[in-house]
Amino acid sequence: MRTRWTQVTAAVLAATLLASGCGGDGGDGTEVEVFSWWTGGGEEAGLEALIERFEEDNPDVDFVNAAVAGGSGTNAQAVLEGRLQSQDPPDSFQGHAGAELQDYIEAGYLQPLDDFFAEQGLQEAMPDQLTEQITYDGSVYSVPVNIHRSNVMWFNPGLLEEAGVESAPQTLDELLEALEAVEAETDAIPMAVGAQWTVDHLLESVLLSSLGTDAYNQLWEPGANWDTPEVTEALEAFEQIMEYTQEESAAEDWQEASRRVSEGEAAFNIMGDWAAGYFDELGATAGEDYDWAPSPGTDGTYMWLSDSFTLPEGAPNEEQAMAWLELVSSAEGQDMFNPVKGSVPARDDTDPAEYEDSPYLSEALAEWQDDPELAGSFWHGVTVGNRWKNDIDTAVGLYLGDGDLDTLQGSLHEAAQAE
Amino acid sequence: MSRPTTETGAAAAQRRPRPQDPGPLHRARVRARTWLPGLLMVCPSILLIGVFVYGMIGWNTRLALSDQHAPIQDGSFVGLTNFIELWQESRWPAAVGNAVVFTVVFVGGALVLGWFLGLMLDKGLRGEAVFRTLFLAPMAVSFIATGVVWRWLMNPAPAERATGLNALFVQFELDFLVNDWWTAPNMGMAAMALPAVWQLSGYIMALFLAGFRGVPEELREAARVDGCSEWGVYRHVIMPQLRPVTLSAVIILGHMSLKVFDLIIAIAGQQIVADVPAVYMWQAVFEVRDPAKGATIASYLLIAVAVFVVPYLVWTIRKERSEGR
Repeated sequence: MRTRWTQVTAAVLAATLLASGCGGDGGDGTEVEVFSWWTGGGEEAGLEALIERFEEDNPDVDFVNAAVAGGSGTNAQAVLEGRLQSQDPPDSFQGHAGAELQDYIEAGYLQPLDDFFAEQGLQEAMPDQLTEQITYDGSVYSVPVNIHRSNVMWFNPGLLEEAGVESAPQTLDELLEALEAVEAETDAIPMAVGAQWTVDHLLESVLLSSLGTDAYNQLWEPGANWDTPEVTEALEAFEQIMEYTQEESAAEDWQEASRRVSEGEAAFNIMGDWAAGYFDELGATAGEDYDWAPSPGTDGTYMWLSDSFTLPEGAPNEEQAMAWLELVSSAEGQDMFNPVKGSVPARDDTDPAEYEDSPYLSEALAEWQDDPELAGSFWHGVTVGNRWKNDIDTAVGLYLGDGDLDTLQGSLHEAAQAE
Repeated sequence: MSRPTTETGAAAAQRRPRPQDPGPLHRARVRARTWLPGLLMVCPSILLIGVFVYGMIGWNTRLALSDQHAPIQDGSFVGLTNFIELWQESRWPAAVGNAVVFTVVFVGGALVLGWFLGLMLDKGLRGEAVFRTLFLAPMAVSFIATGVVWRWLMNPAPAERATGLNALFVQFELDFLVNDWWTAPNMGMAAMALPAVWQLSGYIMALFLAGFRGVPEELREAARVDGCSEWGVYRHVIMPQLRPVTLSAVIILGHMSLKVFDLIIAIAGQQIVADVPAVYMWQAVFEVRDPAKGATIASYLLIAVAVFVVPYLVWTIRKERSEGR
């Protein structure tokens, strides 16, 4: 009996070793491994639609979906880091377009995609400002699939009416007046925020509004001057808004904060447009339970963030990876993915009919195609690399504890100088 | 008759190896048989621990002493710069402060509560087995699960929107007890330690109960005969004998407390208000991607845990030696 067990164990071990040995190489063009953190909800459904299409177009290629679960990719990035360092890259991986990829680019993990952009005519198909904002040292390194908007203000129309606020606030001053009215006239929370990162998210909208698009974009040049009266003014507005937020915000994430709006517990919430998909999930009705407007003072500017795909240096199946990039960059691929994911396509030449089912998306797409000014979201990795972003997050977190606005501005200035 | 026998005997002796002279090689082989299997048995573990514990500690220290602030860059030796610079930030001292508050409340709370529960059971509570199981049960829950539940219990919403424990306080008209729990700056970490106390005090109870039971009944009797009060028996007779138990409890709780990560992540996520060194380290390594900084924090954690563990090890080894084991 014992010999039998020994044999079985040996056989299993041998099989495992063999299997792990096989997993390592590949590179014979019969598969393509795509790494992402799209493992749930609309993201996963959108990815599935793309995969299905890819397999139809490339019947000889096995699609390996190497998705790692975890919100906004923090777990996935930890796994990816290990694979890139050990020179075992996937054929393509997802990353937020912009400065978040900077570390990978500097480390030499990514191949420039300028030729691909030229071949596919992506420079023409995407807004100039978009390609400009994802260009690093004269080259682009990733293909944007979708565009999310960060500067959206969600509000509860019923509560606004109760507070006597006639229309959505257009400027920060109007917003402050509206918040005051809500506080005085209703029992609701004037402005709902959640955990620390949602405060970072609020801050970027306030900065954009108070400084204007150009000055906001200049804040992200390394060594930019944050020690200006304009930034002070923006931070003061930020502080005033924070006074209208709920005490228990630290114990909530963005979902709770947004849900408070659609359920009439809070009047306003500034959150990215993924909240629209969440409101749908909750069964809330647009225009009744919730409504939206650009964050006050940011009309005409699209503060964007984008998921994009890359071509790693040393990708085992480069040719197949290019076929994947071609699919995700095509108008057809983007129209397949985005209505399900709840975002607009990065190209501005796609078919609006695909987005008609969603009241939010149809409006967002119209604005996207109407040549808006573009500002990159810092919190979502467009304008700053990981270190700078973390410095800002830390400064905001410390400010939430001590309420010292001067220290906050000092730390923000220092973070910009450190780059 | 005798001749052929000797002949066969001699022939047999020629065929068989001679037992009276085994040769040096054979002797070594016999000796090896006594220590080699043992060595082979522990060899994989020595090798693995050597590489994955001590090797990694060495690697970590090398990183911490270098200026490798990006994963791909090569670092050069910079001495203790990283260790000093950490204290010049505002985040690190705050994280250390949080860890200290957490440790004091957690270790103190679990010790006192565990000791008290042990005492109750030792005094012959009815249905002891049931209570013992009940108090020990939280041990079976992971910190993550504990955290998720306590995140809800310790919801900091004010009285008008209260949920969790705050709602309970409002229900019983104890509104003055409604509080911010872990979201309060500075002392919030005291509230953060409550779930940990809840989870570990049963275990400490078991340690103390075993300790109480280990004190011979004769000693108690003798003290009572000498006119000692029941409290005096515990104070002067039993507790002095439980010093080893208390020490082990402090060490077990202390090193858990310094490394705490999962509980914090489950309750607060990554927020400065509940920042501790382990969370900071995670961010430094996986978000900022600064290996040198992460390694520096890891070194500080190792040193802090060593402060707890090394005296314990020294003490155990000395005790075992004095007992002649």
